[in-house]
Amino acid sequence: MAKYITKRIIFLVITLFIIASVTFFLMKFLPGTPFQNEEKLSVEQREILNEKYGLDQPVPVQYANYMINIVKGDLGVSFQFDNQSVTHLLANRVGPSLQLGFQAMLIGTIIGVLLGVLAAMFQNTWIDYGSTFLAVFGKSIPSFVFAALLQFVIGVKLGWLPVASWDGFSSSIMPTIALAIFPIATAARFMRTELIDVLGSDYITLAKAKGNSRMEVSFKHAVRNALIPLITVLGPMAVGLMTGSMVVEQIFAIPGIGEQFVKSIQTNDFPIIMGTTLFFAFLLTVIILIIDILYGIIDPRIRLAGGDKS
Amino acid sequence: MTKSAEEIEKHRFAPAPQQNGDNERIAKPQLSFSKDAWLRVRKNKGALISLVVLALVVLMAIIGPHLSPHDGYEQDVTRNNLAPRIQGLEKLGIFDGTQKIGGEEVNKYDDLNVDDYYWFGTDSLGRDLFTRTWLGTRVSLYIALLAAVIDMLIGVIYGLISGFRGGRVDNVMQRILEVLSGIPNLIVVILMLLILNPGILSITIAMVITGWIGMARVVRGQVLKLKDQEYILASRTLGAKNNRLLFKHLLPNLSGVIIINTMFTIPSAIFFEAFLSFIGIGLQAPEASLGTLISDGYKTFQFLPHLMVIPCIVICIILITCNLIGDGLRDAFDPKMRD
Repeated sequence: MAKYITKRIIFLVITLFIIASVTFFLMKFLPGTPFQNEEKLSVEQREILNEKYGLDQPVPVQYANYMINIVKGDLGVSFQFDNQSVTHLLANRVGPSLQLGFQAMLIGTIIGVLLGVLAAMFQNTWIDYGSTFLAVFGKSIPSFVFAALLQFVIGVKLGWLPVASWDGFSSSIMPTIALAIFPIATAARFMRTELIDVLGSDYITLAKAKGNSRMEVSFKHAVRNALIPLITVLGPMAVGLMTGSMVVEQIFAIPGIGEQFVKSIQTNDFPIIMGTTLFFAFLLTVIILIIDILYGIIDPRIRLAGGDKS
Repeated sequence: MTKSAEEIEKHRFAPAPQQNGDNERIAKPQLSFSKDAWLRVRKNKGALISLVVLALVVLMAIIGPHLSPHDGYEQDVTRNNLAPRIQGLEKLGIFDGTQKIGGEEVNKYDDLNVDDYYWFGTDSLGRDLFTRTWLGTRVSLYIALLAAVIDMLIGVIYGLISGFRGGRVDNVMQRILEVLSGIPNLIVVILMLLILNPGILSITIAMVITGWIGMARVVRGQVLKLKDQEYILASRTLGAKNNRLLFKHLLPNLSGVIIINTMFTIPSAIFFEAFLSFIGIGLQAPEASLGTLISDGYKTFQFLPHLMVIPCIVICIILITCNLIGDGLRDAFDPKMRD
């Protein structure tokens, strides 16, 4: 186990190193300079700016500095937002994103698992079909389409919830629902297949033969075992949530990282794009690593190192 | 007590029938792999209906832009923001061109003296939304198909080589894959689009860069499983070269997983294109894709909902049908599901 974790962490570092290098060189190759209204600047002013941001040094030196700064946690300085440091900007915006992501993940998994369990217990009834349809629907509909419709119907037409703001719990309900639809679909589909599989196994037959009621068998024996592999879909779920958060935060005007990222793309604020990219990559790779390790700990049947999954 | 053979008279023996193949006769015609799969898909009503619906959408993407008398690029600001109006249906009180402006029911067609019918209405520049929707569908489908095919080619070749060669080659290739798959593909796509000029090709390339990884993994896994089976050994013993083994024996047996994987790549590519357009780094005007139409429509969503709702419906139909067909195919091809 220790060997496996070490190996995974080494890979994580390599991956992040590659991402950081690629982002750095992409930034270098991009045409134009990062300063606004560059043509209005005199030669001296430009030199001063270049010196201030370290842009007068040769590229390898800049690269080394960039890498050292990243290790120190310094992601550079934003060009658009009055020279605020990117780390500071991100730190200010992490809160809403994490809150939404966490709420969506929690609600999505709970509802999804319930739907999946119901579908498996009442296989081939309308409950099953309804749940399966909902799952396909949730998996297929792009989050921004769903979010926009939600905003229009509940926010604008019915006026039940704030349309686009960020104050208090009520404003987080709609974005959470919009984000949760994907985890719901993923969890429901996965849970259904898994539970049907488990319900067919011998120990379930034994439990039934011992005279346990259907509910007891399902919830005490089957669901618990079917829940373990659910950990594996948490990774893709996190990826989906991250993708979704960008547009959902933009639609509901939430001051989160995703909204910042989209805004920076539109204003070509490269330090923020690069910093956010690295941050996202770091977050995702760490989440996936933790999920994999957790899975190995919880389910001893899984052989971690060397095993070829096919 | 048994009698010895000499005691039994010769005439009691009768020759066994030379052709007793009748016992082994298969009563029903043999099914090829694809026929077998088709039979299974046919049982799946959801997949079948989806197939028909998707075929209709594809057909509309091909002929749709020619059906309407209006051009999708021609701008006419005097006729902008018209609501949908359809011949025949307008007498029923729906799609008659009325829209609510500032809480009042207005029919801009009457106000502007427009006799034409814009089936899906017009956008803020007076372009016909019907034509643009199908043009956009065409572009979206084209991008998705292109991405899926390239993903398939790279993924299958990579997986075949990695799985078939094994040993050190496999080891190195798998490590490369591991590092690549650690990079979230959304980030790669966005970074690529920042340096490439947004266009159909660059979006496709950006999506392909990490898109093939899933396919490569699945193919490699299958090859590892299949290459040690007896029929491969038999063929090898008969002197078959690697090429023959790969293309004659392995590839046909891989076709199931390849088709399933490709079928799921298509909706995800369509989604990605729309997503990129929505956050503003997708296709640039005047080019239309479903994503750009939705993104444009969203800006005036509260006043002119049809501009966003119609492309949304089309993209949802495509995504749902693709997913249902993919599910149907997976059930049909997956040996674990065999009854």
